[in-house]
Amino acid sequence: MTVHIVKSFDEELNRMTGEIAQMGGFVEEQIMASVNALVRRDSDKAQEVIAKDKRIDALEDEVEQMALRLLALRQPLAADLRLVTTAVKIAADLERMGDYAANVAKRALTLNKLDPVRPVNSVPRIAELVQGMVKDVLDAFVERDVEKALAVWRRDEDVDAYYNSLFRELLTYMMEDPHHITPCIHMLFIAKNLERIGDHATNIAEQVNFLVRGKPVEEARPKGDLTAYSTPES
Amino acid sequence: MDREADVAEARIDQGESPFRANFALGENSSATPDAGAPQQIAVTAKDVSVFYGKKQALFSVNLNIERNRVTALIGPSGCGKSTFLRCINRMNDTIEGCRVTGEIKLDGTDIYGRGIDVVQLRARVGMVFQKPNPFPKSIYENVAYGPRIHGLAANGRELDDIVEQSLRRAGLFDEVSDRLNTPGTSLSGGQQQRLCIARAIAISPEVILMDEPCSALDPIATAKVEELIDELREHFTIAIVTHNMQQAARVSQYTAFFHLGNLVEFGPTEHIFTNPTEERTQDYITGRFG
Repeated sequence: MTVHIVKSFDEELNRMTGEIAQMGGFVEEQIMASVNALVRRDSDKAQEVIAKDKRIDALEDEVEQMALRLLALRQPLAADLRLVTTAVKIAADLERMGDYAANVAKRALTLNKLDPVRPVNSVPRIAELVQGMVKDVLDAFVERDVEKALAVWRRDEDVDAYYNSLFRELLTYMMEDPHHITPCIHMLFIAKNLERIGDHATNIAEQVNFLVRGKPVEEARPKGDLTAYSTPES
Repeated sequence: MDREADVAEARIDQGESPFRANFALGENSSATPDAGAPQQIAVTAKDVSVFYGKKQALFSVNLNIERNRVTALIGPSGCGKSTFLRCINRMNDTIEGCRVTGEIKLDGTDIYGRGIDVVQLRARVGMVFQKPNPFPKSIYENVAYGPRIHGLAANGRELDDIVEQSLRRAGLFDEVSDRLNTPGTSLSGGQQQRLCIARAIAISPEVILMDEPCSALDPIATAKVEELIDELREHFTIAIVTHNMQQAARVSQYTAFFHLGNLVEFGPTEHIFTNPTEERTQDYITGRFG
């Protein structure tokens, strides 16, 4: 897109995009760090993740303030207006992702005090997937690439598939021995947190689509999370 | 019976064109809730071109102006928006060497057709200009002048009523009721502009053309005029030229974007300002070219 006549307007819009990209980078880091803390049973690392969540919250506040200022002082229209509103929504999604990562770290702290459980091994797979989604969807945002965003949007199905299988696995462990219930429940919440991060990545993908095309995504998103219907027998 | 066909037929029965408003629009052309239910067309412009001597100022413009709606004409200076506006009451006739081709219909009548009385036409299509231009007469006389020369009042009492009602509709009556005999030029700029609007509506036009009516007013006076525009559309059809994009967004239901003499895009205001179809529209309203 061509540049604004008033250059400082462009600078402000670019700065807002930059802040979002930075938030995304922090979120990616937090996801990986929290899962590493879990897998390596590293409580110090987990504490660090919990403490670092503040950085993401602060950035969200900053994006919100920038958006308010842009609305008040620049009265953006059309694509500029859509950028401001989508930036606020994306920042809120990223902030929530950060909360989920911090919650993974908190549960890692608890799990580190218990005996290790086997299914811990499939959690990094899910984490890797959602971290990739976060990265790609923010690249799509910065590059205004709808196709890339929609690819992320469809990829959430894979996350759901992993989550489903982990869910079943955890159920069998818990049935095997009631002592497994406490760690397995924590593990289940960790997996759920990661799965939710994937859902928020799809929200961002929808925002990117709206930002570029000015209308909502038309196709229905493939939904793969079947655990709401699961029983131990099924 | 096919329900849709039914509705379409009913609309035509009401004298409404089934293809309204959306000439230059892409896929998102449906009227928004803000634009409201479809209205009858007050003014139809078909293939309108305007030449000033050899220079062409307007290129084959097609545009429908809906009744009881505000249509904003926007675009950079020299884009043809004022030229187009002035075609609607044949103000361009007064310009030496100006030639208008194509067709403009007011309620189905070609206003450039034979036997059209331009004075009568301008009584049906009123105009408000950029700078308030009250007559050097009293407030009362400013408003009474039109109805009097058009013979709209049978006696002095009726004329008083018309003056009062016009000033009320223009939101000015309470401010001037105790000094109707003072000169119109003694009022403030914003009041003068509302006086000019009162003068325009005193002869009950169908259409009011406004050429930058607020550009000489302060923000408070501007807000009053904008509020007035919104009230006036209940009785009148309004076309307004404005350089102030926010004003176009605030007061209009439809927006037409002109550039270099072409009508680039026309559609519901909400659509033009949130998600325009044409790149040139987007560039202009977001401040990307001059």
